[in-house]
Amino acid sequence: MPLKRSVSLWQGLKYKGGGPMWAWILHRLSGLGILLFVGLHVLAAFMTAQFGSDAGIAINTIYESWAFQIIVYFSILFHVVNGLRVIVLDFWPALLEHEREAVWAEWFVIVPIFGLATYIIVTKALGG
Amino acid sequence: MRARSVSKTLGFESFMWLFMRLSGLAMYVFALTGLIIALFMGARTQMDMGTLLRWTFFPIGTHVTSSDILVLEQWINPFWSIIQYLVIAFATLHGTNGLRVVLEDYMDKGWSVYLLRGLLFVVWLFMLLVAFNLIQTSGAI
Ligand code: HEM
Repeated sequence: MPLKRSVSLWQGLKYKGGGPMWAWILHRLSGLGILLFVGLHVLAAFMTAQFGSDAGIAINTIYESWAFQIIVYFSILFHVVNGLRVIVLDFWPALLEHEREAVWAEWFVIVPIFGLATYIIVTKALGG
Repeated sequence: MRARSVSKTLGFESFMWLFMRLSGLAMYVFALTGLIIALFMGARTQMDMGTLLRWTFFPIGTHVTSSDILVLEQWINPFWSIIQYLVIAFATLHGTNGLRVVLEDYMDKGWSVYLLRGLLFVVWLFMLLVAFNLIQTSGAI
């Protein structure tokens, strides 16, 4: 049996799970996003290499645009940092007491790394 | 509300649970290896940020040949090929199993679960073989 979900989307959004709940949702979305990205990327490269297909080149052009790179970069960075938090807390359950603080700490790691790299990528893209 | 039940002995579900965590750690090791060695090989001055990130995620020659790197043999050799095969094997299995977990969260237990697993196994195998073929033909020896 799957979990009973007799709740509406709106009720779900109002649920006060706080930081860890949103981290879980973002982890799911970023994980699925990366899988989609990796799958399409591999397929596109394969089509280009094997059949010289234009579709592959078109997909690659999107991937190489700086706007797309920033989105992919955020998904990967979040998934990787949050993933490490999940691993550490799962292997040392005693630390679960500090889960909320751990999620806050995550953002202190993610925001500077993401901000700095994004700043460099954007200024380089705009400055030529 | 109750959580998914997981048996105490090491069955399929708990094995995959462990695999998700260990493969996560393994991918950390590969990414840090790629990043740190890239910096030693001159990425700081020969590469832009986007290229360095692409290399860190997947250290294949086609990710860096459009940058200003000087010694191509440092970036395209059997060492990196081995890392590539390992990253692809871990990442595709981690990703397809993740997709399986998400989908099964919304499904009733029964034959449809086994159908889904079979389907995802085929998808995973296809992705793995296509990616292996790419690595082999990318000139990375
Ligand atoms: C260093 C790299 C990575 C780390 C540390 C990591 C960590 C994790 C962990 C610990 C989980 C389990 C979460 C849970 O059971 O609640 C997970 C789930 C997942 N990961 Fe990753 N991961 C990494 C890379 C990737 C990559 C490259 C992909 C895609 C190809 C991916 C796709 C997914 C998906 C789809 C899930 C399932 C999400 C869910 O169950 O809600 N991950 N990851």
